[in-house]
Amino acid sequence: MTIVNALLQGVFLGAFYAVLACGLSLMFGVMRIINLAHGDLAVLGAYIAFVVVDRTGASALVAFIVALPVMVVFGYVLQLTVLERSLKAGLLTPLLATFGLSIVIQNLLQIVFSPDVHSLGGSAGSLTTSSWQVTGGLSVSALGVVVLVVAVLVFSALQLFLSNTRAGWRMRATAEDADAAELVGIDSRGVYARATALAVAIAALGGLFLAIRSVFDPVSGPTQLIFAFEAVVIGGMGSLWGTLLGGIALGVAQTLGAQVHPQFSVMAGHLLFLAVLVVRFGGARFSLRFAR
Amino acid sequence: MKVERWTRTSRTFTAGVAALVVVLFAVPLVLDPDVVQKLTTLLILVLLAAMWNALAGYGGLLSVGQQAFIGIGAYGTVFFAGLGMTPYAAMVAATVLAGAISIPISLFALRLRAAQFAIGMWVIAEVLSLIVRLDRNLGAGTGISLIQLNQYEPNFRQAYTFWLALGFTVLFLAALFFLLRSPLGASLQAIRDDEDAARSLGVRVAARKRMLFVLAAFGCGAAGVLVVANTLFIEPASVFSVQWSAYMIFMVLVGGLGTFEGPIIGAILLFAIQTTFTQGGPWYLVGLGAAAALFALFLPRGLWGTVEERLGLRLMPVGYRVVDRRNGSGEVTTT
Repeated sequence: MTIVNALLQGVFLGAFYAVLACGLSLMFGVMRIINLAHGDLAVLGAYIAFVVVDRTGASALVAFIVALPVMVVFGYVLQLTVLERSLKAGLLTPLLATFGLSIVIQNLLQIVFSPDVHSLGGSAGSLTTSSWQVTGGLSVSALGVVVLVVAVLVFSALQLFLSNTRAGWRMRATAEDADAAELVGIDSRGVYARATALAVAIAALGGLFLAIRSVFDPVSGPTQLIFAFEAVVIGGMGSLWGTLLGGIALGVAQTLGAQVHPQFSVMAGHLLFLAVLVVRFGGARFSLRFAR
Repeated sequence: MKVERWTRTSRTFTAGVAALVVVLFAVPLVLDPDVVQKLTTLLILVLLAAMWNALAGYGGLLSVGQQAFIGIGAYGTVFFAGLGMTPYAAMVAATVLAGAISIPISLFALRLRAAQFAIGMWVIAEVLSLIVRLDRNLGAGTGISLIQLNQYEPNFRQAYTFWLALGFTVLFLAALFFLLRSPLGASLQAIRDDEDAARSLGVRVAARKRMLFVLAAFGCGAAGVLVVANTLFIEPASVFSVQWSAYMIFMVLVGGLGTFEGPIIGAILLFAIQTTFTQGGPWYLVGLGAAAALFALFLPRGLWGTVEERLGLRLMPVGYRVVDRRNGSGEVTTT
């Protein structure tokens, strides 16, 4: 029973990782870049919600609805000021620029909010405390179910947007070939900016879940980025639904790892990620040459 | 038209650098131990910057996980010293260990592209950090001291560590310098300029990248060894911290990616900033992050790369240049 429970908790945890990873996957799919500040943007979203809760006493959900437009604008501006320029400059520049941005966000958060740890668990009403006891060893937390449902809804909504709306078609066309899309009159700058705004908004939702599920501080971002990237890679880079499955695989690996040893949880996720990389990119083409 | 490598300036300067190295060996004999410790830190930064630049500047491999090798060097030293080796022998062994481990890692890491490589290396560093945290003999999460170094009198210890730092820095920078000047170096610089073009001309890109990867692992391992020798205490949270990558990226981007001199200038700059803003805290890191991002976006060749381009100046020549004698002054076309 503990294994079944661990699997179930792993699915819930994985759904959270999938939400974190969704925006990262979208930006990679559309622009072929990985935003190394993605985790920090999620944490920034959590902090904005925290400020609203702290000042007004509103619930975490209301606070998130306030934070959302702020993050959308932030994403839009980020694309137009930093990412757009870095896209033109080569393969490594987006990584370097977003890594720098990541350090800036973390340390500005430290300056504004102090290094203290916060949580929004107390502001999410009964969501964080209620659960259903199925049998002795198996309990289903309400929060876990909500996160899973929201994750599926987010991915479904994104899929519907990409396949059934004109804006979605433009985004897919730009992802396929930005120059060709320009030729038929699609403004790729605008498409990229909308994609980043969307990605940052979904990252903020991941940040909200982080804040409700556990705790966050100014330097929580890099860990979230690593988990999100692992989910994207495990699921297959460039595949949207793959990211949902990748997140769940990562979550399950972590909870199963924790069954072996509590300190083995994160390690199990890392090992799954590295194993996927080895299988996908290693293979029989290993060769050891240094020169000549 | 004439192809030349050395100019009068670069000859004088390189001779000056050689003389400086000789002078530096005398530093522990004349300066206070705390100054010697600071200079050791500077040498560590120079070494790290040069190694990260070898990887990113010439191999096009952007790693956010070189702290993996720093950690192997540092913890390897503690491990080997615990086995009964004399501390300085343990340091050499740990450096070799870092380089040796990089070979199996390179087998798959080098197949990854851009972000996969960057974050893949980061995850490897995280895994190593978790392994150390699980091992009580290595102090688990709370850290461990290199107590075996206490057998030396502090002033002597600081001097030995400085000499080791100087030796490592000179060794790895000289290795990189001569590597870049050798026939292999031309192919490395070709990869830096255009990987696909280099491949189409018959450059064995994968083999060259592996060479740089292993060299950088050796160098970062040596830096990790020096970190534990200089501070005597290490903990996984700091020695495997991604902050090292932040420092390396700052030094190389500001100094000049893909130039030999740039990272050294970046290291001196970072050292100056660190000694000036000792209470810097978050603002100083905001500045480092912002500077790295801005240089990547607006001045991708860094301070030195830009100076080199504008003035046609070469101090430590690793390339060739074409000089058009008819116009008198040199027109630089290659590096």
